[in-house]
This record gives sequence, C-alpha cells and structure tokens, in this order.
Amino acid sequence: MPNALASFPDLAPALPELLLAITALVLVLIGAFRGEQSTGAVTGVAFVALVGAVILVVLQPSATAVTFNGAFVVDAFARFMKIAAIIGGATVLLMAGSYFQRIGESRFEFPILVVTSTLGIMMMISASDLIALYLGLELSSLSLYVIAAIDRDNTRATEAGLKYFVLGALSSGMLLYGASLVYGFTGSVGFAQISGALKGQGSTGVIFGLAFILAGLSFKVSAVPFHMWTPDVYEGAPTPVTAFFAGAPKIAAMALLVRIVMQAFPSITAQWQQIIVFVAIASMGLGAFAAIGQANLKRLLAYSSIGHMGYALVGLSAGSSNGVAGVAIYMAIYLVTTLGVFACLLAMRTKDGYVEKIDDLAGLGRTNPGMAFALAMLMFSLAGIPPLAGFFAKWYVFVAAVEAKLYALAVIGVLTSAVGAFYYLRVVKVMYFDESKESFEPMGGILQGVIGVSAIFTLFFWLYPAPLVSAASAAAKSLF
Amino acid sequence: MSSHLLSGLIVLPLIGSLFILMMKSDAAGLRNIRWIALFTTLATFILSMVAWNKFDPSSAAFQLVEESSWLSDKITFKLGVDGFSMPFILLTTFLMPFCIVASWVSVEKRVKEYMIAFLVLEALMIGVFAALDLVLFYLFFEAGLIPMFLIIGIWGGKRRIYASFKFFLYTLIGSLLMLIAIMAMYWTAGTTDIVALLKYKFPVEMQTWLWLAFFASFAVKMPMWPVHTWLPDAHVEAPTAGSVILAAILLKMGGYGFIRFSIPMLPDASVYFAPLVFAMSVIAIVYTSLVAMMQDDMKKLIAYSSVAHMGFVTMGLFTLTEQGIQGAMYQMISHGIVSGALFLSVGVVYDRMHTREIAAYGGLTQRMPLYAVAFMVFTMANVGLPGTSGFVGEFLTLLGAFRANTWVAFVATTGVILSACYALWLYARVMFGPLEKPSLKTISDLTPREIGLLAPLVVLTIYYGVQPGPILDVFAAPTSALLQQTQAALAAVKTAALAAH
Repeated sequence: MPNALASFPDLAPALPELLLAITALVLVLIGAFRGEQSTGAVTGVAFVALVGAVILVVLQPSATAVTFNGAFVVDAFARFMKIAAIIGGATVLLMAGSYFQRIGESRFEFPILVVTSTLGIMMMISASDLIALYLGLELSSLSLYVIAAIDRDNTRATEAGLKYFVLGALSSGMLLYGASLVYGFTGSVGFAQISGALKGQGSTGVIFGLAFILAGLSFKVSAVPFHMWTPDVYEGAPTPVTAFFAGAPKIAAMALLVRIVMQAFPSITAQWQQIIVFVAIASMGLGAFAAIGQANLKRLLAYSSIGHMGYALVGLSAGSSNGVAGVAIYMAIYLVTTLGVFACLLAMRTKDGYVEKIDDLAGLGRTNPGMAFALAMLMFSLAGIPPLAGFFAKWYVFVAAVEAKLYALAVIGVLTSAVGAFYYLRVVKVMYFDESKESFEPMGGILQGVIGVSAIFTLFFWLYPAPLVSAASAAAKSLF
Repeated sequence: MSSHLLSGLIVLPLIGSLFILMMKSDAAGLRNIRWIALFTTLATFILSMVAWNKFDPSSAAFQLVEESSWLSDKITFKLGVDGFSMPFILLTTFLMPFCIVASWVSVEKRVKEYMIAFLVLEALMIGVFAALDLVLFYLFFEAGLIPMFLIIGIWGGKRRIYASFKFFLYTLIGSLLMLIAIMAMYWTAGTTDIVALLKYKFPVEMQTWLWLAFFASFAVKMPMWPVHTWLPDAHVEAPTAGSVILAAILLKMGGYGFIRFSIPMLPDASVYFAPLVFAMSVIAIVYTSLVAMMQDDMKKLIAYSSVAHMGFVTMGLFTLTEQGIQGAMYQMISHGIVSGALFLSVGVVYDRMHTREIAAYGGLTQRMPLYAVAFMVFTMANVGLPGTSGFVGEFLTLLGAFRANTWVAFVATTGVILSACYALWLYARVMFGPLEKPSLKTISDLTPREIGLLAPLVVLTIYYGVQPGPILDVFAAPTSALLQQTQAALAAVKTAALAAH
C-alpha cells in the first residue's frame, strides 16, 4: 500500500493544467446538452478558467518542481512561457466572440478548443521527456486543426484547416521519427538522461534524430524551410483564429525547442547550433523579402511572423543563458505586439463586413487617428525601431549572438530587419500618406482595450523594462 | 546633488505635445495648438539657457550628469554634456521656435499632428546630444527617424513618399551596423557608459571593424559622398521647417558621432582611415559643388551645398589637429544657423509662389528689398565670406587640413571658389535681372512675422563671423582632451612614416 501511494504522482505542479482539463470536459458537456445558445456562457467560463490558470501559475512556488516521474517540470522558464501563452489564448477568446457572432458562426466548440489547445501548449512547455513532449504537441495541434476550419462553410477556411492538418501530421511524424531515433541510440526518453547518455559526442543516429526533431519543431514555429503552411493558413483561417495561431502555439513550440536543445542536447551544441543558425538566417531572409509583395494584411503578418521566429532563433543559436533570456523577452514582446495588430485587424470592418487588404487602411490617419497611431507604433515596433518595445526584443537576441561571436548571423539579421522595415513602413504610409477611403465601423470596447494596452506597452516599455527583463533572465537561468 | 536639467530639457517638449494632443482641431483649437507649440519651444530654449549658465566651458569633463537605472546595471539612463554636445543642444533649442513660426501659416492640414511630431523630434534630438550611454544614444538617434519620416511623408511635396522611404531606409541600414558595433563594444568593455568607454582602449584589430560600423552610420547621416543621395530628395520634399531641422541638426548628428565616438574611442582606426575620409570629403566638396551649380530647384541646390559643407567638417575632424577639429565644430554650428536660414528664406518665396524653380524667379530685388538683404547675408555666409560665420569654420578646417596634408587642403580650397560660383549664381538668377514674370509683379516683401524670423539669424550670422571667440572657447577644453587621446595613435603612425623614409 505505501508503494502505491509513493508512486502516485504529485499533482500540485500540474494544478493549472488540471483546472483547464476539467473545465474543458465540463464545458463539452454543457455545450452538448445546451447547444448553440450556450456559446456565450461557455466562452465566459473558458475565459475565467484561463485567467484562473494564469493566477495559479503565478502563485506556484519559485523553486523548480518535477513530477510524473520526471516527465513534467515546472521551473521559472516554464512559468514565464506559460503565462505568456495563456495570456495570448485568453485575449484571443475575448476578441473572438463578436467576430463569430457577426459572421454567424457562433459555436460553443471554439472556446473549448482554445482551452484544450492551451492545455496542450502548457504541457509542451513543461514537457521534460520525449513522450510528454509528443502528447502535449498533439493535444494542441489536433485542437488547432479543428479551430483552423471552424468556419466550416467557408472554402478558404476549410482549405486552410486541411492544409494545416496534412502538413502538421507530416511534421508530427518527422518529430516522432526523430524521437524514436534518439530513444534508440541513447536508451532513454527523459531530457536529462539523454544528455547524460550523450556525454560530449553524439553518434550519427542521435544527430539524425536531432535533425528530425528540429525539423518537426521548426514546422510548429513556422521557420524556413518548414514555413509553407503559414501564409495560406493565416489568410484562410478566421481572423481570431489567426491571432491565436500567431501567439500561444508559437510560444509553446519555441519554448519546447529551447528546452530540448538546452536540456537534452547541451553536449552537442555545435551540431544543433549550425541547424538553428541556418534556420534563423533563412527565416529572417524569407520573412523580409517575401512580405514585400503582399497586399493582404494577414499574409503580410504571416511572413512577418516567419521573420520574427528567425530573430527569436538568433537568441537560441547563441546557446547561452543570455540567449535564452533573449528568446523569452522576444516572444513576450512579440506576443503583445501581435495581439495588438490582430485587434486592429479585427477592427477593420466596413458596412459590408470584415476587410483585410492593406489598401483598406488608406487614410486611417484621418478617419480614426487613435487606431492609426496605435497600429503605426506597433508596425514601427515590429520593424524594431527604438524606442519601441520591438527594438529591445531585437537588442536582447542580437546582443546574445554577438556575445557568442556569431557576427555574421548578427549582421545578416540586422540587414534583413532593414529590408523588413520597408513593408512595415508601407502600412504606415498607406494609413498616413494616402487619401482616405470609407471609414470603418466603430469598434467594440474589448478591441479598444486590447489595442490600447498593446500600444501603451509598446510605446512605454523603454521607460521601465526591468520587470520583464529580470523575469526573463530568471527564467533562462532555471534551464542551466 | 544631481541636477535634472537635461532630463527636463527632454521632457519639456513632450509635455507640450501632450497638451497639444488634448486640443480640439477647430479654429480656436488650431490657434491654441500653434501658440502652445511656440511657448513650449521657447520655454525649452530658456531652460537650455539655464543649463548653459550652469555649464563651465573651461572644463573638459562631462557636466550636469544624471544617472538612473535602466536596462541593466551596465546599461544605465545616463545624461550629461561637455563642450562638444552643449552647443548642439543650444542650437536645437534655438532653432525650434523658428521652425514653429515658419510653419505658422504654411502648414494648413493636420496642424495638431505636425506640431506634436516637431516637439517629439526636438525631445529626441536633445536626447541624442545629451546621452552618455551608447544604447541610450542609439535609442534617441534612431527614434528621430519616426517623426521625420512622418513629417516628410505627410506634409511633403509631390514625391514625398519616395523621399521619406529613401530617408528612412538609408539611415536605418547605416545605423543597424552601428548597433552591432555597440553590442561588440558592450561585451568587450563590459559597459556602454560613454565616459568609461572614452577611457577604454580597444584592441587595434577590433577598432578597425568598429570604426567601419560606426562610419556606416555617421557617413549616411552626415551625409558623405557617395551615400548622400537621400539628402537632396528629403530636402526637396520636406516642408520648410522639416528642411531646416534636417540641415541644421539631423546632419550634425553624424559629425557629433565622429567627434564623440569614432575619434576618441577608436583613435588608431581613425588615424588609419583618415586618408579614406579625406578622399571622400574632398570628392564631396568638389563634386557636390559642381552638382549644386547645375540644379534648377533652389532647395536641391542648398541641399547639395550642405553636402559640400559637411565635407569640410569631416575633413577637419580627421586632420586630428586643434584647428581642424575646432573648425569642424564651428562649421557645424555655423552651417546649422546659415543653412537653416537659407531654407527659411526659400520658404518665404515658396509660400508666395508655390514653386522652388529658380527659373520662375528673377528681379526680386525690385519688389522685395528686405528679403534681398537677408538672403544676401546668408548667401555670403554660405560662400564663406570673411565677416560671416561661414568663413571661420571653413578657414580653420582648411588650416588644419594644410597641416595634415597639403594636397587635401589644396583641392578642398577649390571648393570655396566653387561654392562662390553656385551661391552667387543662384542669387543673381533669383534676385537680379529684370522683373519680367507677370506672377512676380505683385509679390510682396517680408511680413513682420518673417522679419522676426530672419532678423535674429542675420544678426547671429554676422556676430559670430566677427566674434568667433565665445563659441571657440567652448570647444577648446574638450578638443585638447580629445587630441591627447589621439596623440599616441598619431605618434605611432608618424614614427612608422619616418622609418619608411
């Protein structure tokens, strides 16, 4: 009897995840019995559960906790990334309600799927062995496939969902194959044990496995050359869904990438570093050049997000504590900025419905000065112009790359960011320099709030950067 | 006790822009907006005079220093001024009220946003010159692009979009390389505190790369040949006040960067690359003077002449002699006043005729005698006539160049003649000759507002032409401190040259 008790895992570290799991199950029941009319209530409860999860994560003790036989770890890094990811999910939930009502697709499944996806995301962030990694990844991915196609009568959305599913399944397969190779050659699935088994040199099999795992995760963060799905899915999926895709899942995949290379493969840094450096350069380059020709704002943001993942990977390729802190800061600032941009996108609504072309923003500087100013600041921030928050995001990843003497990577990175500045400027140009077209319908209070918070954060981050920076460096230290 | 004068100088324009933000855009609101902008810039000027009063020009040390925690314990929010940066802050605060007055009637659309952009730009420019931390400097240096991009793009001329993009992207690419250099300096020296970095000795090999990265940024900003092409476009398309700020202050950031970072922090590389700078400066002086002669747009002509004058500045700086550096500093201050005044003068006729084509004018002396006198003074200062402020800087830089390299001095001197050619020819075509064009027959002379705008600048141009002492004294202490730092590097080169003989 004592044996059985001793083997029962400690549930306390996983309390936020349990809360979300139970909430999702209960909400499915409510939705199944009450049908479509329960959407409002389900959304509300799901939002409260997400907020509750953030609070629980914040309240967790600062010491590193490990449970489920080492498969699940809660350290400062996991908490930082989880808070960012849940905030991303909750904000999207908040913004999505009125959108789906307006397009007449108000389904109770959407909030539930956001909750299950967030749950999978949290498991990914905390995963400390290959099996937990795969479980979390699949839970979140399967939810995302359905969310992408939730507007099921819309051919573009279904196409996006199908595309995402097929390519996603392929990448999951690659990841699984890589994981099995690593298990086969090291004899264990736990990150710490893999690291112990490698002892400074990896056999060819392990390196193959590593390459496959990195390929699978690159797909999830939409890094080049596994980015092909991004523009189509971004464009096809309903805008709130795209907003969700741009935030939480990328944070989780990035966190997972950081954790696996830092904790499972620290002894073969040279091997994974060259892969990450290549992926970073390719992503930054493609993100900068491919976005130039885009006329659709969502496609533009897709390429922009590819580029931004490249910048975040610059921090990871440094392979140092400063680099990981840079990644954490980058993802947090990227999340806030992106949420603001997508809130602006959701506010682009004319009498005839939602629009998403860049040219639809023409003259916004006159018709809606507040929104135009906020969007302009967010664009300058994405371009990395000081004193906006995006500059500091780039500062921390590049300063880590320079510390690691990756000068070529840093120089290529800043030059691509100058190219990228061109298309961000184009959005500003359309809003301020072009003659105005018809103005947008007034936006709701929630969107105003999200845009406002995001713009204020972006604009005034430089005055008081200490809280985020110190939290990120504490998070990074917990991995070493 | 640390004073907060400098942060006050940065915050004051921002407070003014907040007030403007709260104004309504009706007729009464617009009047209030203009007055608030003027009062804010005047108050900032008065505050900068207070700072000047507390400033001790005989010391080479940084003064009015204030510091508070920021990004990390090594990267702090540190402000302070010395004899090199104080004059630029005064120049900025002095010229801002002129910009506001110059835009009083000529800017009709989106007055509110216009004034806010100018006040924010003022705060950022003061920040550039007051920053005592490299990252903070970079922050202000780059942030200035945003309001200037909007000023050119919203209130500019026909090709404003092309010009604004070119301005933004050119400057951005240059600055980003500097950013990498700043990071490398941070990891090597362990700090970005400018005072500490001035004492730090970087390895010679590394200096070369750092110097080139900084050069990429400052050469574009300056602008030096061959990366000057953004300037004529930006100048021509920008509204009058935008051109004034661009010519008078934004260009000086490049020169300030050389004198603050490149030369004292990277002395060996500066000595090594001096011939390159000389070559580029001399080409700029001669080539852009010739190009200026062939322009048929007044603003473009002045823009090219700015590039030529900045050539004197870079040449003077890298002679690494007392005359050269002081002359370059003087040239920058003088050019700030004179080129600003020239753009204001062009704005005067542009407001009346809405064209900057030189061919559209002629014989203005008959209808606009006062204007002709003011324009004459500024033209002479632009040429470098003795008795105007333009002479002192040019003469000193040439003197310094003569000590460093006679051939450089010889070729550069021809630039003085060429500048007389284009400037006097411009004056002749616009002012003299018969008043034939029907549209000019009714043109009116300066209004009281315009007299108030140009008269102080006329007085200063002549005053500093005959009394250069007060300004030169300010540069004296930091210049000798700077030369001490570069002396070792120069001595090494000289012994090598002697050995080669």
